Amino acid sequence: MLRQRLILILLFVGCFSLAIWLDAKQSERDQAGKSSSFLALAFGDGRKLFANSTFAKADAYFHRGNYPSIFEINARREENHMSGEAAQGEAGHAEGDHEHEGHEHEEHEEGPPPSLDWIEAFGKHFRASVHVHLEKGEEREMLPWLQLSVELDPQSIEAYTVAAYWLSERLGKVDEAEQFLRQGLRANPKNPDILNELASLYLKHRHDPDRARNLWKLALRRWNEVEKPKEKPNDFLLDQILGGLFQVELQQGHTNQAIEYLEQMKAASPKPDQIQKKIDELKSTQGR
Amino acid sequence: MNKILAVSGVVIRELYRRKDFYVLFILTVLITLLAGSANFFNDHSIVRYLKEICLMLIWISALVVAITTAARQIPFERENRTIFPLLAKPISRWQVITGKFLGCWLASGAALLVFYIFFAIVSGTREHSFPIGNYFQAFWMHWQMLGIVIALTLLGSVALTTPAANVTIVFIVTLGILFVGPYLHKVAIRMTEPSASLLTGIYFAIPHLEFFDLRGLIIHDWPMVAWLDIGAATLYGWVYSAFFIIAACLVFRRKALN
Repeated sequence: MLRQRLILILLFVGCFSLAIWLDAKQSERDQAGKSSSFLALAFGDGRKLFANSTFAKADAYFHRGNYPSIFEINARREENHMSGEAAQGEAGHAEGDHEHEGHEHEEHEEGPPPSLDWIEAFGKHFRASVHVHLEKGEEREMLPWLQLSVELDPQSIEAYTVAAYWLSERLGKVDEAEQFLRQGLRANPKNPDILNELASLYLKHRHDPDRARNLWKLALRRWNEVEKPKEKPNDFLLDQILGGLFQVELQQGHTNQAIEYLEQMKAASPKPDQIQKKIDELKSTQGR
Repeated sequence: MNKILAVSGVVIRELYRRKDFYVLFILTVLITLLAGSANFFNDHSIVRYLKEICLMLIWISALVVAITTAARQIPFERENRTIFPLLAKPISRWQVITGKFLGCWLASGAALLVFYIFFAIVSGTREHSFPIGNYFQAFWMHWQMLGIVIALTLLGSVALTTPAANVTIVFIVTLGILFVGPYLHKVAIRMTEPSASLLTGIYFAIPHLEFFDLRGLIIHDWPMVAWLDIGAATLYGWVYSAFFIIAACLVFRRKALN
């Protein structure tokens, strides 16, 4: 009898110790910003593969189902306009203007590429084979896949920024865009890309240049910490961050500060002449 | 014809007595409703993901119903020895096979109709539109595809030794054709001879089930397919179904039943 009771007590102590140990591990995971969702526990790092698929799915939805298969993977890279549009839309302020709709990529309708045989030609009658994009608010249909993508891989930065772009720019859902970016920031506290997107949102949609400036300054600091040491740093992002800072300072009449940011942009830009021209223009305006 | 219809009637009665269809239908309903209750950025007009999930479940369920129903017809008749009293009646073996095919095809069609009605209700409640022509085309083409799969399964049921092997092989072949079949010729281009010619041969020989998959058009609200193309694809499906049924009849004609 005593032996059985001892075994019971031993089991109880074992369960209690295990619970304490697991709780500590869970706290560690939460602090490290790792997802503790069911998907993370069930699939581990394997879920990142599915995250890429769901991100591609969102792009397929953007093309209304007309999307290259895995057998045409190179074509898929060329076709990814969903991210391209978002990136080009955000690049607008880096050039110091507000023409977000003036991106190079125009929506267009193309006929399908020529078929290799009659089976392929006949099959095209039963699937989407015309190149069109979602428009007029239909872009919302991509969002479930982008959300699923970050559920599967909380470190999928592109999914946060792309979803935030479509939410704020095309669907007018600024609150949801901000919430989503903040979710991304919680999972990736040091990411300059998300900070840049958030700053842009504050400037354009919240009309809060002070907060936008603070966010861009933080983004610049994070870029220096994270990107600068890399062999191939993301200069495009730096250009966007500095462009945002330049825009804010110019809006608030701080021309000297704006020129300072342009000087920094010039150092990283592939077209320093154009930026120098802008600096000269600003200096001459200041002189008058 | 009456004999074929009599055999097919038995198969149809068998389907609604069995629980497979009900279980799959309830699962489809539950998963679809669960997916529909998800909230994405407070936008309740998002619907295409739900249509995709529902149609995917319908395709899986329809394949399971069709293949499992067709695969057990002849082996179970032999196992239970009911094939002997059946063939003792004035009915030929080819009539048994044709009756079994017709029964499985009609039963699958009835099950598919229920699934598509559910899909139309779910889609209609979210989209507030009811493109009946598009849904009919999707249902019709899906049903023709099931005809080919059922005929192939019946051939497998008389050619292979066990129903389990038949079900597994037909599932693999069907999924392989659906996912890889359309791209075999593109893969063949990058291969060396004789593999390239062999793969190209397979590409032209297999029934291209992807013709019958109109899910992409339904999900993304594309216009209806031209009826002439639907007719041509239907004819294509019937030719393959007929080929597999005739092959099954030929194998069954020479098969020892005991």
